[in-house]
Parts: sequence; structure tokens; C-alpha cells
Amino acid sequence: MALDPATEKPGTSTRTESFVWGIPQNGLQHKEREVAQDEPPPLPANAELTYIGKPTERYDGPAKVMGKGKYTADVNLPGMLYARMVDATVPHGRIVSIDTTAAEKMPGVRAVHVIEHVYGVAELRDPKQEAPSRYPVIRYAGQPIAGVAAISQQIANDAAALVKVQYDTMPFVVDRSAARSDDAPMVFPGPADAAGSAGGGGGPKGVPQKGNVHGPQQKKVGDTEKGFSEADVIVEGEYFTQVQTHSALETHGFVVDWKPEEVTVYASTQGTSSVRNEFADVFQLPKNKIRVITEFMGGGFGAKFGAGNEGVVAANLSRKANAPVKLMLDRRQEHIVCNRPDSHQTLKIGAKQDGTLTAIALTSYGTAGVGTGAGTAGVATNMYKCPNLLTEEYDVFINAGPGAAFRAPGHPQGCFAFEQTIDDLAAKLNMDPLTLREKIDENPARKVERQLILERTNWRNRKPAGSDTGPIKHGMGIAQSVWYRFVDMDSSCEVRVSRDGSVELMSAVQDIGGGTKTILAMVVAEEFLIPPANVVIRIGDTRFPIGPNSGGSVTAGSITPAVRNAAYQAKQKLFAAVAPAFGTTADNLAMQNGRVVFKNDASKSYTLKQVTAKLPTNEISARATRAPEYSKERITYGGVDYVELAVDTETGRVHVEKVFAAHDCGRPINPTGVINQINGGILQGISYALFEQRIMDRNAGYMLNANLENYKIIGAREVPEIEVVLVENYIAQSSTDAAGIGESAGIITLAAAIGNAFYNATGVRMRKIPMTPANVLTALGKVQGEVQA
Amino acid sequence: MADGPKTKFSRRGFLKGAGVTAATTVIESANALARETKALHNDRTVGPDALTVKLDINGHEHSVTIEPRYTLAETLRDNLNLTGTKVVCDRGSCSACTVWIDKTPTLACMTLAIDTVGRKITTIEGLSHGDTMHQVQAAFVKHDAMQCGFCTPGMVMSCAALLDRNPNPKLDDVKHAVSGNLCRCGTYPKVFAATLDVAQQRRQAAGLVALVSERQA
Repeated sequence: MALDPATEKPGTSTRTESFVWGIPQNGLQHKEREVAQDEPPPLPANAELTYIGKPTERYDGPAKVMGKGKYTADVNLPGMLYARMVDATVPHGRIVSIDTTAAEKMPGVRAVHVIEHVYGVAELRDPKQEAPSRYPVIRYAGQPIAGVAAISQQIANDAAALVKVQYDTMPFVVDRSAARSDDAPMVFPGPADAAGSAGGGGGPKGVPQKGNVHGPQQKKVGDTEKGFSEADVIVEGEYFTQVQTHSALETHGFVVDWKPEEVTVYASTQGTSSVRNEFADVFQLPKNKIRVITEFMGGGFGAKFGAGNEGVVAANLSRKANAPVKLMLDRRQEHIVCNRPDSHQTLKIGAKQDGTLTAIALTSYGTAGVGTGAGTAGVATNMYKCPNLLTEEYDVFINAGPGAAFRAPGHPQGCFAFEQTIDDLAAKLNMDPLTLREKIDENPARKVERQLILERTNWRNRKPAGSDTGPIKHGMGIAQSVWYRFVDMDSSCEVRVSRDGSVELMSAVQDIGGGTKTILAMVVAEEFLIPPANVVIRIGDTRFPIGPNSGGSVTAGSITPAVRNAAYQAKQKLFAAVAPAFGTTADNLAMQNGRVVFKNDASKSYTLKQVTAKLPTNEISARATRAPEYSKERITYGGVDYVELAVDTETGRVHVEKVFAAHDCGRPINPTGVINQINGGILQGISYALFEQRIMDRNAGYMLNANLENYKIIGAREVPEIEVVLVENYIAQSSTDAAGIGESAGIITLAAAIGNAFYNATGVRMRKIPMTPANVLTALGKVQGEVQA
Repeated sequence: MADGPKTKFSRRGFLKGAGVTAATTVIESANALARETKALHNDRTVGPDALTVKLDINGHEHSVTIEPRYTLAETLRDNLNLTGTKVVCDRGSCSACTVWIDKTPTLACMTLAIDTVGRKITTIEGLSHGDTMHQVQAAFVKHDAMQCGFCTPGMVMSCAALLDRNPNPKLDDVKHAVSGNLCRCGTYPKVFAATLDVAQQRRQAAGLVALVSERQA
């Protein structure tokens, strides 16, 4: 097929294609879809493919293990300056004066910048409710105030400490519960709203606000009063979750090289386009003057989108000093600038004797500090079928750092309450928790996943709750997750084929550790039938076609179809260009076993190099952008996670011993990478359930454990045996059918699954995380605990 | 300890001081402390001004001009552009900056660079030979023992050192060896698998060698 310019645009006409559809365990079926003319032919199931679906080594693995990958923190440019952020030492107050003289005079200091606007926090709907101020009002300890750039990091640190800030302090509140009372100090003098980032987060706007309580955001389906009156049984529960910080190992940071002709921004970001957009907005620059580069990225988990205060400060310092500036947050600052909000949830579920749900009512209060986005209703709303639902979500402002999107925002909190309450319902109905879910869950993938749990775990030997008689009690529990198929249409790329046979792919999309480079290489490799390692992947640079922002598990599902389409089109262009030289037509050429063959004459077979050598030009290339989804069906992903644990009822320690995880994510492109992410989600979930918590000093108003020795994240010794099974789920939605796994990979379920296993072990319901020895012994009635906030 | 110049104020002590006094005073007191130390120890003390030292890194001698307060991690990264060594917590709680000093895994963020004069420093860049990966690095790739990769160099250094001192580690030994290495992506299980795999490979290789020499004997 000769390619005409029309193929560069969305197809003007469509054709019908038959796509593989369903789950292998249930027997694969086919589904017909109308697709654009320029879409590539449907891919068969993974079992019939050469590279896609086969465990593949990470494309940039060697660079990472040899220390050669250059992360933003590693960028060293000639003449580069180092910067340090100056932040607020009080939790609430107005800045009276900022004296930068001593800092500026310090030898080696090149620029000081005092910030004019704080990004990433809620802002008053009516700014007139607050007296005008030269500097932004301080609403949390750690709020950025200024930046200092110097010839070494040590001098920048010294100089930052010399910036003198005088405050007129104001009363503050850092406790969610206290902040709800009528006489609590007001974080904002009137209603305030926060925008989400490109990665999600943020709360509703325009909802009522009374004092520090912002909301509710209400969702109503049917009539819950009627639903509860129809119920045979009703279960209720109150649950508390803590604030979790992202703790990405590479802190937030930028290297900005401000030049009049182009501003180059090296960013530790989950979205090169989000950074470019915000730099353009903040500095009123046309986008063609901004280049964003993210070659390697040391973890984000939702908190790294846009310019951020540190990006804006680095840019201002670079402009003032006329030199590149590196500004990485220090570890304390990293803990303060972003978090997963906490929650206090009250949940009520009604059901018929056979398990059918009749009503769900959820009220949640959570604090995202000086931001919003503490809603928890996703799981209650989307996991099971229920005709009557009422959810009310409130954000409570406190004087603490803003919440940010964090791996499946709202879902681990919601799942902790919801899936434990579902288990309570099962107990009340005298049903097996898996059987109850079988009754109320329509998702076909989770059905297969529950079956896997039955077949592959110890579930059938589960004993009644609290059966163990000794001090160490064993239990098992499960919980399910739900996440959604989001697609970012800003997903483009270019595939180039050169006369020497080399193939390369370019896109601005970034690899934040999920293995995006690898799956892109695999998708290109599948079209050309060359090993993925032979494809050169150049990504993470806005000079290339725009890429999706990596938040909400969108990356694989958004960019791989564009990549396949570009690779397919490049291949068609190649065949059209070389066919005359081989005395045939393009439609007689095909890829087979790594060679180009004549369809009508099996004896004619050439290597890719022999074919590209006949290209009339040095290079051919094709660019493609994400085509719309093939159908408008609403699709969710999920997983079912099984936990075995031991509770030491004398010390209060919880030992997770085994996790079995069954998950689906459309068509897995690289099972190695997907399984690795699920492992990671599970471990982050255990960490959330057992160890992590931000501790605020109620009297002084700052975070007490803003470091990695007192903010405990899971370490090697706490890692249980983990087994992961991937369930392929073909959905016939795009030319690759790929989907992301980041969110549904265990982080949602683990606290709930551990809670259910804890109940099975002890007969006691854990209503609060983290399950530290103190909280466990309190729940077991062994010590008198503090009354829950 | 080696024969290099010794500092009598530690970074830990310096940080402690910084926490309780205003910054200007910190620098003054650091200067005072340095003067005092110099007076006490005469010419065996250095600082606070920069000095040029020679460091033995990955088998090569590097001459570098640094202030005595620079940590080895800062010196490697900022002065020598050896950025494979990562700084994550900068206070000895995550092991991302693990290097070897005289073959012993050491936290580069808690070590003053001048204290490493005369000692052999091995960084992640020195573990491989050109593009040829060390066995542990290759196993990390094979088992996908990384995601974002920021903890990976430190993990590799810890695991390679373990195998040097214990060729037959059990799972618990590997967990112990990396118990200080934090990974936020949760790649620990793959790290364990990679390290145990190398031990197995080495045992097999040793077995083959033994077999061959037995036959030759």
C-alpha cells in the first residue's frame, strides 16, 4: 500500500476489523470494531506475537546498574550554579521583612530570588478577604520563600541560612480533627480552592466552606434511605488513615539554563509537557522557547508535575545570574511539599441476605494540608454494583504542606475502609468473603483473579477469625482494587528508518521507572521483527513530538498505540519506497521471521538492511498521534490481592508473610516490567499499612519526621514472599490494547487485605493505619491508647 | 585508618551545631573550631579553606580541590562528575550513596572526602570494565532489579560486597546486606533474586573448575 499524505491525518473513512477480545482463561473471543482507515491491522493475542508479551530486559537497565544514567540531580553543566531553597520556619504568619543582604554578600553567591507567588496550594476565591501583603502569607512550616544560587552547593546552603525572615505569626492548627471545630484557627480567611496537577489530585471547586472544612462534594445515585430500609443486614464502620509522604528517592528538582533564545529545563518530572506548559504560563513564554528534558527520573509517585515552586525559583535564579542553576529540594523539603491526604471515614453498607447490595453511604473527612483532594469515594463508587449510593467528601485545611496526587489518589484510603466493611458484611451474612464478592462484582477480570486465589493460595484452609490460641496469631485476607482507563490524547511520536537499516523512535514521553522505554522498543520491534534492543529509543525531550504526562496509569495505554501506528506507517512507507527496486509492489512485501519476504514467492527473502539499502532517500519517517479509543465503553482495571500474616499480640508487631497477587492491565506489553511494578505497589502498600506516617508537632506546627530515619518506609527485612499472576484482558480499544498498572498494582488493596487478614488472625478489626505496635496493642485492648483524632 | 590528614570536627558534630545556632554563628564557630583544632594539631590539621588532595578512585588518582567539609559523595558527584553515586537522604539513613573504601561498603554522604586520602575508593563506575558489566550488575539487569534506578547503584555495591565476603549467602543474608538500602519503587525481591543468582552462578563455575582440576589431577 502506497502511503499518501491522508494517512498522516485521522482517517476520513473507516473499516471494520475483528479484534481479539476477552480473557484467555475464559476462552478468547473476537469483537468487531469500526476503525479509521489508517489504523494498523489488529494484533493477535500475545501468545502469537514475537516480542510483545514476552519477558524483556529493561532497555536502560545497563545504564542504570552501571551508574551511567543521568538523572536531573546528576546534570552538571559548564558554569552551573547550585541553589538552595529558603523556606518558612513558622506554620502560619505574615512576612514582615526579608533581608537578603548577608546572603548576597557572601563570596560565591550569584543570585537571590524571593518568590512572589506560591504554586501548588489552595487559593482564596476572593483574594480581598485577606489584607494585601508584599509576600505570600505563610500557611505551613516549610513553605518556600526564596532561593539562593552560588558556585557550590555548600555556599548556597550557607547563604540560604543567612536569609533573615521576620514573621508576624498567627495562630495555627496542624491536626485534622482540631481544625474542624468552630473555634479552630482559620488556615484561610475564606473559601479557598486548589487545582489538581497534570497527574490528578486537587479537590472540587466552588463547594461550600465553613471554617476550615471545604465541602462536601456530594455524589448521589438512587435513594440510600430506601436502600437501607430494604436491606436485610447493615454494616457500619469508622476508619482512619494517616498522611503518607511520597518519599521519591530523587527529590523534586530542576536544572534551568535560561538563555534569551531558549530556556532549557532539566526536570525530575512525570510530565515533560506539564513542565513546558507551566513554564510557558508562569513566564509568559511561547512554548517554542522552552525545552524540557527528562532522560532518567528518580521516582515521582504522583507528586512531580509542572514547574513547581522549585522550578520557578531555579528559572528566576538562572535568569538573574545568567548561568545554569541546579535546584534540588533537600530531603526535609521533599517530605513537606507533597503527601497523600489522611482520612476519617464513616461507611455504611446495606445488603440482602443473598449478598446483593442495596445501599452504600460514605462520609469522609481528610486533610491535604493547605491543598485539597482528600476524597476517598472512588472504591465505594466504582467497585461493586449498588443501586443506591451517597458519598460526601470533605477537605479539611490545616497548616501543613499540600497534598498531591499520590499513586491511585484516594483509593488506598477508600479501599481500607470499604473492603474491610465488605468483609464485615460477609461475616454478618455468614458467607465466604470471596463468595460474597463473586455475587456483587461484575468485573470479568476480577472473577478470574478470585478463581486464581482459590486455586493457588491457602484460602480454602482459612480458619474462623481468632482461632489461634497462642500469642502469635495467623490469618489470611483479601481485598480488591479498581482503577480506570484514562487516555491522554497528547501522545505522539516519530519513527525513523535509515538507509543503513537502523530504526529509532522519538517522543517527549518520559520513563519514570515503569519501563516505558522498554515497551516502546518492543512495540516498534514487533512491527519490524527486529530485537527490541536494536531499536534506539529517544524520549524525555520536548523537542520530540509531544508525549503524555505519566499520571493515573495513562502512559502505556496512551503512547503505545501511537508508537505502533508510526512504526506500521514507517514500514509501509519503506515498502512503498523500495518495492520498485525489487521489481514488485509494496503490498507484496511483508515482515516474516525478521526478514522482508515476498508474499507471492517464499524464495524471495531479504534482511531489513538489504531492503533499506534500496531506499531512494537517506531516511524515511512517520509520525503518529494517539487515535481515539475504538469504542466508548467505560473500562476499569483491577486486581485481587491475598495476604497471609502473623500478629504478635504481645509486641503488637504485624508480619506480612506472603502475598499472592492476581492483576489485569489490558494487554501486557512487557510482563517483566508489569510484574515488577505490581511487586512495588504491594510493597508500597505494606509500607503504608504498617509503617509510614507523617507526624506533626501540634505545639510547634511542623513535621517532626521529615527525614528517612524517622519516616519509616519498608526495607528489605520486611519483604514477604510475593507471587504475582498477570491476567491478560483484551479490550479491543486501540492498536496495542495496552494499559498501565501503576495505580492498581497493590497500593490500593494492601492495607485493606492486611486489615482483613488481621481480623482473621485476631478477631479484632483494625480501623486505623499504620498498624504500628502502639496502634495494634491499642486495638487489641492491651494498652490504653490515645483517643483517635 | 589511613595516613591522610585528619579532621577533628566531624560532619555529624557540625550538623548538630548547625541545628542549635543561627547560621552566621555556625560558620564563625566552625572557623573557630577549625582554628582551635589547627592550633592543637599543628600542621596535621586542615581547613576551613579549600585544599588540593589526591584521591584513589577506581584505580586512578584524581587530584581535586575541595573544602575539608565536603563529603565524599559531594566530591564524587560535584567535583569529579562521578554521578553514579546517588545522594538521597544525605545523612546515612538510606545507603543510596554506598561506595567501597578499601573494599568495605561505606556511606559516601557520611564520609569526609579528605579522610579517604590514601585509601582505595571504588564507586559504581569502577565496578564494571568499560561496557562490560560486573556479574552483579548483569544479574540486576537479568532480574529487572530496578525501576526508577535511583537506589540501584547503592544496592549493587552492597550486594557485590556481600558476595565477596560470603560466597554462599542465604536469602536472609541478602536481606541483611541491603537492610540499609531503601528502595521506594519496591524492587527488593528482584534484588534478592539477582544476588542469589550470582552466588549460584559462581558456585557452578567453582564446581566446574574443581571438576576440571580433579580430572587433570
